[in-house]
Amino acid sequence: MTTTDLNLTKHEAEKRFVRKRLIAFGIPAVVALYLTYIFFAFDLAGLAQRANLDNAVTLASDSWSHKVHVTRDNRTGQITYAVEGERKGRYPKGTRPAWVTGDDILTIDLGAGHRVRYLPDNRTAVEIPGFPLIEVQAKGRSLTTNLPDDLPDWISASDRRVGITTPQGRITLTGARTEVFNYFPGWELFWFTLDSPYHGHGLATILFGDRLDPTRGNVAGALSDWWNNAMWRHKDVAWAIGETILMAFLGTMGAAIIALPLAFLAARRFSPLLLIRAATRRVFDFVRGVDALIWTVVLARAFGPGPLTGALAILITDTGTFGKIFSEALENVDQKQIEGVSSTGAKPLQRYRFGVIPQVVPVLLAQILYFLESNTRSATIIGAITGGGIGLMLTQAIQTQKDWEEVAYYIVLIVAMVMFMDWFSGWLRGKLIGRNG
Amino acid sequence: MADISLSGAPQRVDDIQSSYMAQVQRRRLYGGLTLLIFVVLMVSGFNIADDRNAGGFWEGLHQIGDYPADVLSEAWAKRADLPGLIVKYFPALVETINIAAVSTLIGALGGLFLSLLGTRGLARWPRLIPLFRRLSDIMRAVPEIVIALVLIFILGGGPVPAMIAIAIHTAGALGKMFSEVAENADLKSVEGLASTGATWSQRMLLGVLPQVAPNYVSYALLRFEINIRASAILGFVGAGGLGYELRNAMAWGPGRFDEAGAIFILLFGTIVFFDQLSSRYRNRLTEGHGQ
Repeated sequence: MTTTDLNLTKHEAEKRFVRKRLIAFGIPAVVALYLTYIFFAFDLAGLAQRANLDNAVTLASDSWSHKVHVTRDNRTGQITYAVEGERKGRYPKGTRPAWVTGDDILTIDLGAGHRVRYLPDNRTAVEIPGFPLIEVQAKGRSLTTNLPDDLPDWISASDRRVGITTPQGRITLTGARTEVFNYFPGWELFWFTLDSPYHGHGLATILFGDRLDPTRGNVAGALSDWWNNAMWRHKDVAWAIGETILMAFLGTMGAAIIALPLAFLAARRFSPLLLIRAATRRVFDFVRGVDALIWTVVLARAFGPGPLTGALAILITDTGTFGKIFSEALENVDQKQIEGVSSTGAKPLQRYRFGVIPQVVPVLLAQILYFLESNTRSATIIGAITGGGIGLMLTQAIQTQKDWEEVAYYIVLIVAMVMFMDWFSGWLRGKLIGRNG
Repeated sequence: MADISLSGAPQRVDDIQSSYMAQVQRRRLYGGLTLLIFVVLMVSGFNIADDRNAGGFWEGLHQIGDYPADVLSEAWAKRADLPGLIVKYFPALVETINIAAVSTLIGALGGLFLSLLGTRGLARWPRLIPLFRRLSDIMRAVPEIVIALVLIFILGGGPVPAMIAIAIHTAGALGKMFSEVAENADLKSVEGLASTGATWSQRMLLGVLPQVAPNYVSYALLRFEINIRASAILGFVGAGGLGYELRNAMAWGPGRFDEAGAIFILLFGTIVFFDQLSSRYRNRLTEGHGQ
């Protein structure tokens, strides 16, 4: 090798090093530049003001706890006790929580020395350790209080509304009603509502104890009361999850059934006519490109909201995706097997059945099962738009902005459902085409 | 050998044939049963879905074309406005693409760490491998809409909740795909680097990443395609971008169908464009680096 050659090689190598260095600095620089642009485009600085941290606190505490409302209607003097303040969670007449005592003067013990007394004439006394006794009198639509002018930040007061928030519970007073919220951990009434005879009994009592409801057997009665629980709606939730899985199943399988014959038309080996091939491919590209969102919108106009619309939206979008994947798999089949089958005098249809299908089935099944899992997630999202399944229940629960324990319940169920489908499709794949197929 | 296989009563051809036929018949029976169960599931599933839908399948079938026809005819009648509308909604489109791009970037970065920390032979803390694997499983299982809706409640509407939601899901999904690639990476270079006293991050950066980069970029591009669709859908539930505009345009109903039409065109064009772009680059990455 001469010196000039060596110099040339060295020069070449140096040029490559420079290029490499440029790329090594260039790519992170471009990414950083882009993220800076995003920082301003998405107004991340303004996000701090828009964010509502109170909402975050409500969400975090409500998702694992429940509250019991003690409400006095200031016009009628009637007192109601209800879990989460819902009609379905009301204590039956004549019963009340153990932390409420007294008849004419009602004493609500919130714990740690916090006490609220409902006095006659719509007067209320709130006893909080380390703070002077608060007295509020409701008259018509206005309130008179003994509160001083400068208030700690856990009390908000006007002549229409007083709100007191303590770690033990919350008290709101207006002219029309006085309400105390007492917080407890856990999802109350998850098993049985208060009107069920099985409320408050353990599993052992229900299974082996005496009959709690004379008209029905314990196990059957308990199951039916749990299934029809009006607060948590286990029946509706189970149906909703079923609907979501059904959407994914119908959509995926339907798409596979439709896409398989079309894929033959799009594969070069089986479809000699360029025109048909190109047309089928454009159809695949079109239905894929329109996207599940637009299909959902269009189909919801024709079929109305519900699981069928979601299933069809998945079906149409995935027909395009499957068509593309299947036709690629068909182009890669081995010709030898087809020749072998045709040498026995097989007709075209038999050639496809015995020469082609056995070769592509493992690939197709693997794809179909993978999509079944991923479509369960899509079905949740589509359900939120088109109105079906667990996605809709989740959006509804979030929109009410108070049933956060239900939101948490649904989220747990959705994650469990998707993980189950993931496991199930993997298991089925292992059964059908072997672990490494 | 021949003696052993022929020992015992010699089998007659008839026996072999009949046992073969019995096997074939049993296989056919199982195949037929599986098919029957599948058909029953499909038909009954369809009937249940049809029952629980607001409108029936057969009544709705001939109406499928109505809405697109309305939109198209109105958009066609006002076709002079169409370029203006496309310009009007272009910023929303940019926002949708930005959401997808940022969440893919952040998600890919998260997926990178999840995959390296969750792969045998590469992990920084081998004992924590199951933890990182479960973490990526859970992040993958949570649908974007769940996180997006909760974050919209806390952070208010806009692109940020969608971005975070998609990024979390992307990190989980890419974490799994990345770690499948990383499992096949050659460990010799890692060992070589370790012998020179390289730290974990140096070993990963110089020993593993150059091997897996083409596949990683290819998967990230595929994810970017998927994320564009996801970000459009999340817009529909209030997270900004083109989906949000589409919902508003649809809520107005007839009279504003030209706007819906313009958004449809933009969305369709974008998805097809990025599909083609990314599939071209992915082919180049996985098949010989474009040479």
